[in-house]
Amino acid sequence: MKGLKIENLSFNYGKRKILENINLEVPEGRIFCLLGPNGVGKSTLLKCIAGILKPNNGRIILNGKDLKKINLNELSKLIGYVPQNVRPIFSTTVFETILTSRIPYINWNPSKIDLEKTEYIIKKLGLEELAFRYVNEISGGEWQKVLIAMALVKEPILLLLDEPTSNLDLKYQVYVMKIIHEFVRSKNLIAIFTTHDINLALKFSDILVLMKNGRIYAIGEPCSILNEKIIQEVYDIKVKIIQYDNSIFVTTESLAF
Amino acid sequence: MPESIITQYKKISWKKYLIISSLFFCLFFAFIISLCSGSSYISPSEVIKILISKESEFDIIIWEIRLPRVLTAIFAGAGLAIAGAITQVALRNPLASPFTLGISSAAGFGAALAIVLGAGKFIQSYLGGIIVFSYLPLIISAFFFSIVVIIVIIFLAKIKGATPETIILTGIAMSFLFSAATSFIQYFGTTEQVASIVFWLFGSLSKASWIGFWIIFFTFLIISIPIYKWSYHYNALLIDDEIAKNLGVNPEKLRLISMILSSLITAIIISFLGVIGFICLVSPHIARMIIGSDNRYLFPTSILVGANILVFSDIISRIILSPIVLPVGIITSFLGVPVLLYLLIKRKKHWY
Repeated sequence: MKGLKIENLSFNYGKRKILENINLEVPEGRIFCLLGPNGVGKSTLLKCIAGILKPNNGRIILNGKDLKKINLNELSKLIGYVPQNVRPIFSTTVFETILTSRIPYINWNPSKIDLEKTEYIIKKLGLEELAFRYVNEISGGEWQKVLIAMALVKEPILLLLDEPTSNLDLKYQVYVMKIIHEFVRSKNLIAIFTTHDINLALKFSDILVLMKNGRIYAIGEPCSILNEKIIQEVYDIKVKIIQYDNSIFVTTESLAF
Repeated sequence: MPESIITQYKKISWKKYLIISSLFFCLFFAFIISLCSGSSYISPSEVIKILISKESEFDIIIWEIRLPRVLTAIFAGAGLAIAGAITQVALRNPLASPFTLGISSAAGFGAALAIVLGAGKFIQSYLGGIIVFSYLPLIISAFFFSIVVIIVIIFLAKIKGATPETIILTGIAMSFLFSAATSFIQYFGTTEQVASIVFWLFGSLSKASWIGFWIIFFTFLIISIPIYKWSYHYNALLIDDEIAKNLGVNPEKLRLISMILSSLITAIIISFLGVIGFICLVSPHIARMIIGSDNRYLFPTSILVGANILVFSDIISRIILSPIVLPVGIITSFLGVPVLLYLLIKRKKHWY
């Protein structure tokens, strides 16, 4: 069975329930977007899938394999995770940073293949000019590309991106989402990303997962599930949906208070 | 056609290997000078002859005094430097060192306790300094209390999670505790005892012996092999805990193991030689300046920088006020402080 399957997943911080009874199926070659207000558990869900947090309950099955039964190194080969808001204190060059992400394949020294894959991904993401610059000398958008390169260089089958476009200007937002799109489609990856930008979610996701209070509130194709009523229920704010050029856009109703 | 990225990377790597080899030659040079200099000068050709054939009037000076001393200096410097390098990386803190973790205070307390309890015998040396004999109980006591610190850190990390903050704060607490305890002992000690405690606290290579050397050497070997193998794991730890986890590295486990390894080698070195300051803090910074933060190259470079600093400091300590031999701990601090200040002023953004 190909794809990602989440069954009855729950997660608590102490007594506080963060995620409750999450069930989700993500087939290959599709991009899912988690949408919902702050603190709803989007990042927590990604971290549970990535194996960074241990869920209190439930199973996560990737291509028929229960992730609990896979060791850390193998898990690392399967899943590429892009966290939000990280910036290293001691910094290495872009090339060294991306090469580091080949850890699950490196034994003592990086092999020729590791170097080639690193070079390939650098070219693919247009980072050639920056390859030997230090990562804290590059811009926020460029660093985001490096993080995505780190996730892709492992050649994972599941891609998890926690707000990949926050802090990015418009050009980089579109660029980053296009790269993700291209990789998911051409390599038949499974991708889940989170965002606060509803319009970006509308534009770049195949399936929208709306979350509320640690549960999945609604799920479906973006245009079909998003309407003014459901957004008000989830976000507690009035919005207007505008139709233009065969797509829809969400805007807040008025700036007047 | 521009060079491929891999070719460029390989070129940069070769440059780094070149730097590492020149540091190695520098160390060899220092090694020979160190064997030559001292209260009686022996020429380099004579030194090499003695090393190869052992037959000379000076062979006792070389084989029994200077050789263990310089070899101890090399591996103590190397050990302190690698301990500092992994501590900084694992705690993601440019100011962290095994000394921040309270290891030196604990060892100092252990030594002071042993001295006050009469474990070391002292005599007045002909130059007015105090020489402590019968080191063994002192070494064991110093080492024991360093281990106590490690255990406390592990214990707290188990309860509160091995985050950099937990480890550093625990270390600082331990450091203050043992400093206070040492002061307490000194307050009640006799003049002689206090003098020898102070003498011990200034690390010195006069205490070097073959046994000490072998122990330091083997500890160094045993800890540096896994550290070198994990250099990419440390690179991941450098970026972020979550990224490390996604790369199959358990950040808390690696951090804790690193603390244990670095505390262990530091504890062994300072138990034998006393507190030698600054090498563990400064060597990784100098190395980072000349070779960058990729741990694959940073670790060997730090090791060589540390070894060089200690051997050169030792040479200076022997000739600057000859025939008085200054404790090398004083010289490393005198050398280390200006270097650190220089680094702070000239620092480039990518160093740390």
